[in-house]
Amino acid sequence: MLSQDYVFPRTVESALALLKEYGGKAIIIAGGTDLVLLEARKKETSAVLVDISHIPDLCGIREEEGWIVLGANVTHSEAAFSPLIRQKALALAIASGKVGGRQIRNIATVAGNIVAGHPAGDAAVALTALGATCVIRSPDGARRELGMPEMYAGLHVSAVDCHAELLTHIRIPAQGPGEGSSYQRMEQRKALSLPMLCVGARVAMNGKKIKSARIAIAPVGPRPQRATEAEDFLAGKTASPNVFAKAAALADKHAAFRTSAVRGSSEFRHAVLPVFVVRALEEAVARAAGA
Amino acid sequence: MAKVISFLLNGERVELFADPGMLLVDALRDELKLTGTKIGCKTGGCGACTVIMNGLAVNSCLIPLGKAEGANIVTIEGLADLDKLHPVQRAFIDHGAVQCGMCTPGFIMSAKALLDNNPSPDREQIREALSGNICRCTGYVKIEEAVASAAGRMHGDKNHEGCARCGEGTQ
Ligand SMILES: Cc1cc2nc3c(=O)[nH]c(=O)nc-3n(C[C@H](O)[C@H](O)[C@H](O)COP(=O)(O)OP(=O)(O)OC[C@H]3O[C@@H](n4cnc5c(N)ncnc54)[C@H](O)[C@@H]3O)c2cc1C
Ligand code: FES
Ligand code: FES
Repeated sequence: MLSQDYVFPRTVESALALLKEYGGKAIIIAGGTDLVLLEARKKETSAVLVDISHIPDLCGIREEEGWIVLGANVTHSEAAFSPLIRQKALALAIASGKVGGRQIRNIATVAGNIVAGHPAGDAAVALTALGATCVIRSPDGARRELGMPEMYAGLHVSAVDCHAELLTHIRIPAQGPGEGSSYQRMEQRKALSLPMLCVGARVAMNGKKIKSARIAIAPVGPRPQRATEAEDFLAGKTASPNVFAKAAALADKHAAFRTSAVRGSSEFRHAVLPVFVVRALEEAVARAAGA
Repeated sequence: MAKVISFLLNGERVELFADPGMLLVDALRDELKLTGTKIGCKTGGCGACTVIMNGLAVNSCLIPLGKAEGANIVTIEGLADLDKLHPVQRAFIDHGAVQCGMCTPGFIMSAKALLDNNPSPDREQIREALSGNICRCTGYVKIEEAVASAAGRMHGDKNHEGCARCGEGTQ
């Protein structure tokens, strides 16, 4: 246990002012599901916790000129059950629904999942496939936007400094007609388990023709990885099992799995990855067609 | 830095002079002597410490006491009405859903949170709501049956306060 102070700012401005006032000795807490464990292991020892969960501007999910906008307080349960996200950013709803167990999802946030910088943070992988961007505010009032996976600065290190800055909103280009997305995850059991392999996909179709595709894979490094060669290959092709299989092989070529006692061997995951990429593409394409 | 933290606990206002960095589960068990909330892992991985905070099931081992300020918290001790067990508690006994009992308060709190929000869940919804709770004894089947039957009982029992959403069972 740490000797700490705990504050609930009511606005983004006051949260940023508090972080500045404490000069690096304070840290943001959202759901706390990552932070509390870091504290228990003494990896995080900030003197003040700045709890953002009472800031109304950071709550809720809305649609705004073709974008789905999530406030930083949106939890995985909210994302998983949101009709708007299920309709226009489905991969995120599926991914958030797989995080931890229900108690974790009820309090852990999508934004916290990004800033925690897990190599295979479920929501972060889905958001990489969906092409999301993050809005960041700094104490001097500056506002910047970073895409996914550029939000990752390294293994468990975010481009956002949680002692000084605030990720305020996540913006996802809303899926329109002819677009679909999917999320696939392999794990040892259905809840409370570390992902062994995650694949997110998003496609835009023109009839049977693939206009564009985005594929994100993890854990193959410190951050979710785009399968860019597969994406380039898919653009302009007519969707077919053969085309999906070729894209899957290209994605696998660039996936550098390490053998891990908990996540499975490299050989095993190389065998599964192409199957998952094909599944992700099939589902995304079927949904784009309104299935 | 200890300070006064106050919240609603099982319907009564409590005030604690404690460090806000203390874990809610430790405050409940060690300070308030409510030991019905159990500790299995203290890392969010077992659900033994589940309580209901502002209507949602959460792991009290992952919540700094500071976060509880102003919250409405219900623990297993808050369910029975004098001598009358809550329908979920009754159903766990009737269905033999309890063996060693270590996981039971956590499961019951998860089930109560579910039924408060969704009075007639299907099997999938029950499984989703219990996904954060681990039991090493029962094999889950009897727990699922108990929750399904409690749902039916809460609907039908005219003495129960009734379900907020459909009004069924209200006197
Ligand atoms: C038992 C258990 C199971 C889990 N299972 C999974 C799983 O299956 N998949 C998965 O991906 N994750 C999992 N997690 C990890 C965790 O729950 C998620 O990463 C969660 O989304 C983190 O969100 P949070 O709100 O709890 O973050 P917090 O713990 O509050 O914060 C995490 C970090 O981000 C910073 N931060 C949070 N919000 C902001 C913001 N808006 N601006 C700036 N900085 C911010 C904090 O300072 C902290 O450093 C699990 C955790 C536990 C304990
Ligand atoms: S003790 Fe809290 S989840 Fe295990
Ligand atoms: S009854 Fe023993 S752990 Fe569930």
